[in-house]
Amino acid sequence: MSDKNKKGPESKTYKFDTLSLHAGYQPHKNAGSRQVPIYQTTSYLFDDVDHAAALFNLERGGHIYSRISNPTVGVLEERVASLEGGTAALATSSGMSAIFLTVMTLCEAGDHLVVSSQLYGGTVNLFRLTLPKFGIKCTFVKPRDTEGFKKAIQKNTKGIFGELVGNPGNELMNMPEVAKIAHDAGIPLIVDATYQTPYLCKPFEHGADIVVHSLTKWMAGHGSSMAGILVEGGNFDWMQNDKFPTMTKPYEGYHGLSFAEEFGPTAFTMKARAEGMRDFGPCLSPQNAWNVLQGIETLSVRMKKHCSNAEEMVKYLLNHESVAWVSHPSVPDHPDNALAKKLLPNGRGSMIAFGIKGGKDAGVAFINNVKLASHLANVGDTRTLVIHPASGTHSQMDEATLKFAGLSHDMIRLSVGIEDIDDIKNDFEVGFRAARKPRLVSNQ
Amino acid sequence: MSKNPETIALHGGDYRSDPATTAVAVPLYRTTSYQFNDTGHAANLFALKEFGNIYTRIMNPTNDVLEKRVAALEGGLAALTVGSGQAASTFAIMNVCQSGDNFISSTDLYGGTVNLFTHTLKKLGIECRYADPADPKNFEKLIDEKTRCFYAETLPNPYLRVFPIKEVADIGRKHNIPLIMDNTASPVICKPLEHGAAVVVHSLTKFIGGHGTVIGGCLVDGGNFDWTADPKRQPLFNEPDMSYGGAKWGEVVPQLTGANVSFAIRARVCLLRDLGAPLAPDNAWGIIQGLETAPLRMKQHCSNAEKAVDFLKKHKNVDRVIYPTLHEGEIAARSKKYFKGGNGALVGIEVKGGVEAGKKFIESLKMFYHVANIGDARSLAIHPATTTHSQLTEEELLAAGVTPGYVRLSIGIEHPDDIIADLNQALNQSGKPNLKAVG
Amino acid sequence: MKFKVNGDEIFASTGGRPFDKNKPLIIFVHGSGLTHMTWVLQTRYFAFHGYSVLALDLPGHGLSGGKSLKSIEDMADWINSVIDAVGYKEASLVGHSQGCLVTIECTARYPDKIKTLSLMGGAGAIPMNPELLALAENGDPKAVDLMMDWAHGPAGHFGGHPVPGLYHINTGGMLAKTRTIKDTLGVDFRACDNYKNGFEAAKKIKIPTLSILATDDKMCPVKEGKKLADLIEGSKVDIIDNCGHMMLLEEADRVLKVLKSFITTNYPTKN
Repeated sequence: MSDKNKKGPESKTYKFDTLSLHAGYQPHKNAGSRQVPIYQTTSYLFDDVDHAAALFNLERGGHIYSRISNPTVGVLEERVASLEGGTAALATSSGMSAIFLTVMTLCEAGDHLVVSSQLYGGTVNLFRLTLPKFGIKCTFVKPRDTEGFKKAIQKNTKGIFGELVGNPGNELMNMPEVAKIAHDAGIPLIVDATYQTPYLCKPFEHGADIVVHSLTKWMAGHGSSMAGILVEGGNFDWMQNDKFPTMTKPYEGYHGLSFAEEFGPTAFTMKARAEGMRDFGPCLSPQNAWNVLQGIETLSVRMKKHCSNAEEMVKYLLNHESVAWVSHPSVPDHPDNALAKKLLPNGRGSMIAFGIKGGKDAGVAFINNVKLASHLANVGDTRTLVIHPASGTHSQMDEATLKFAGLSHDMIRLSVGIEDIDDIKNDFEVGFRAARKPRLVSNQ
Repeated sequence: MSKNPETIALHGGDYRSDPATTAVAVPLYRTTSYQFNDTGHAANLFALKEFGNIYTRIMNPTNDVLEKRVAALEGGLAALTVGSGQAASTFAIMNVCQSGDNFISSTDLYGGTVNLFTHTLKKLGIECRYADPADPKNFEKLIDEKTRCFYAETLPNPYLRVFPIKEVADIGRKHNIPLIMDNTASPVICKPLEHGAAVVVHSLTKFIGGHGTVIGGCLVDGGNFDWTADPKRQPLFNEPDMSYGGAKWGEVVPQLTGANVSFAIRARVCLLRDLGAPLAPDNAWGIIQGLETAPLRMKQHCSNAEKAVDFLKKHKNVDRVIYPTLHEGEIAARSKKYFKGGNGALVGIEVKGGVEAGKKFIESLKMFYHVANIGDARSLAIHPATTTHSQLTEEELLAAGVTPGYVRLSIGIEHPDDIIADLNQALNQSGKPNLKAVG
Repeated sequence: MKFKVNGDEIFASTGGRPFDKNKPLIIFVHGSGLTHMTWVLQTRYFAFHGYSVLALDLPGHGLSGGKSLKSIEDMADWINSVIDAVGYKEASLVGHSQGCLVTIECTARYPDKIKTLSLMGGAGAIPMNPELLALAENGDPKAVDLMMDWAHGPAGHFGGHPVPGLYHINTGGMLAKTRTIKDTLGVDFRACDNYKNGFEAAKKIKIPTLSILATDDKMCPVKEGKKLADLIEGSKVDIIDNCGHMMLLEEADRVLKVLKSFITTNYPTKN
């Protein structure tokens, strides 16, 4: 063998599928238990008074109180951080509280965020109506309007927030370019990667600085537990400007600690925990953390099946006489088809939107007659889910907001599950049949 | 429905048995989502035309049982469970205040709440003004047109001065300002809503759970406050909310439900929806179990605490014992006025010999646990100056009444003889010179 | 805090407490390509318990100005300049990995100034794998990946960070990428590889010395660490099981406990 073909030494750190089963946990430190124990406790015994003081002063790592940290929740945090390629993570009791804590760690009254306009309906409400009550204003930019993100940045802007694939219109935000815009302005890019999971996309590799997830969805997969998380990439330099004084200047709530100086690549998470979690208190229950860990063990195998089923369903819907249009990044004439291929090489996700011929009435009839697909307000379950946003998740929005969010009355949102593909198609046939003659089919 | 807490703790609310299976024990609904009957049902739920389960972040049938039971225990109309007591305090304030507003809080406050009020809410433009509850009039002096609520703890550390609930609530009602009471340390023995408080918050982690296994919190809406009486005073309940098609919460909720539960509903459908700090159903279930024995435990907590206080008062190595009934004059009278069936499990002592003796005492305890919690069925002890209050500045410490030798005890439900024996041996140790080198 | 050393603005963490010249000084010296942050779980304890702490960023590293020093000898002299710059006559030194070479050399050169020496994952010489050295000198991020792989024991590879929510390998990796790899890791690795005076320097050391070694340390194996410790009169050795080269983070509490007992005994505070 010639020297030319000799490969240099390779890092043997564990790979994705292995990390999803092992990261964050060492059995020999936990009575040899192979499975992660559930530490269903609120408090932790201090060795002595010095130990207690050391924990409160952040002199040592360790647990004080389960609102702030818990060993079971800690395994989940490390596991997700490892899968995302991040330095640290903080789990929360829902995806919404992960977003809220992220915003609270970056901003205070008088600050501003630039936000992609195509977001989960709950997130739109948070940014559009609730945060302004606490003095934090947002400018919305359409996800494809890359230049628009730049133009919307003001002096007091503390970050850009977006989902990679907007909900429910499936429009992509050009993450690498938007990241560059954010970094040129000295602010971080926050990406809600709930719909991708790190199996499909690791936003840190494309310039994101903070990733948030609703773990309730694909990450857990089972639809049994609410959970959220914020993950830090560790690459953002908080000290490059004076935009983030609570991160870089001595913080009066913690003995004059400067998070950026002391914790560098984990400063954001440390602050979110030491301040946001301590004071606002949306902590994840250890039982739910354990349930989510169970789900993550099968993340790779599930995501493969979600994506292959989704591609089958796209083909099926494209050729169906009752379907007016199909929106999914894998559709050849989808405007973001090429960008999706680049950013989502392992699959384009399992969220499909389609228009049903016959408009709103047909949509209602379809939803009310499918039997296998569940009609509910969630996505990313292992089971196939359908909803008609105009009458469901987005019904709190006024007409203007509805339009702004890219919705139409004939749109059905489909979260493709991992059932046998034939059974999903057969169920849809029943729905379409009913939709073609809505008046003849009872709503029950 | 019975007015007796022992019965409410087992039967309170409308749960008799599971409609699906007739199971008597409360089922654990570990689910995130709920199947809609049809599109009309879904639309009605999202538009709040009809109440029902949409998503566990906002409501869950297991949590619902707990919510109704705690509401019944406090004599309120509705309740909302959240992920921690801290989230309950956050929600209580954020449900009435927005940027530019202020609220008035008692100076007697849990250290974590002080951080939230002084540092963190300030960043959202919400100002906390502190009033010394020794004289209720102090609250009135701080009111201006932007004041949205009063906030206080019924039985606050470290002085354990019972809060003048009615006196302050009456002042508030004159100005259409609701009083929010944190009743964490005195469930069952005190019902703030009966004395004019509008809202009660709890850390359910403490006496209501009792087992120290789960973190949880709740807000109870007393249904006794008119949110629409002065629209300028409570803008969040009288101005249209664009996130729900322009609904005015103070008007729409009573119309829809026939009950004055605007506070609870707004906190649920706006704050849980957007800020998202739900209580896990597993945790709700754990707290339901704890609640079943809360009235019995409280009796034992209080009687054990009284025996411990009697013992501590006589011990030569104790400089001072702090307990609600040991105050003088009007402040001692408040414990008689507001507490029925006991004076709580919390006891403060100042160990003779200051910080070193206090440390030695804590480290000599054999049965008491040294943890940052209260209200466990087990006896607990902590030294606030070096732990729970260590993030406060020296002025804030003194303002919170924490002296170097002060030790906080949460007396458990073990046999009182064992509690006293452990306190006795540790106090005797605390008085001995330290022979070991300090590592 | 920031202060000037030889004209460069230098950063050192003071462990969350203001720097106080009346307290005994402990200086922490980080490993190749890293920063003061590797010491966060040791420095804060000492700073809160009667010591003045300087966890340095070497020139050209972390938040410090200046250019990376090219030899271990230069770094040893530079530590001496730091002690002068903050107005002290003496100090206790703690080093990790490359920091051990620096502190050994510094102790040998300035025997009157250095009062105790604590070596974490140290050896008398740290010859570099030539391929790793080449990658680092070329600024290839693969150098950091390899270093993180080799430097971590089971804790680093599986996780179990003492600070809840932190993930070892990625945190370490980010630290090593704070500045240009070529100018930090590349220069440091070459300095380690070139340094041959470790065993001779060790023989001159007469002050209380502690070595903490780890059974799974591939960068400075226990055998090498012991060889060095044997040359230092009366030195103490502590060996940690199931732990790799990044012991400061992987077994932070154990390291702190041993270090605490060693320093408080041999270099006590005034009270």
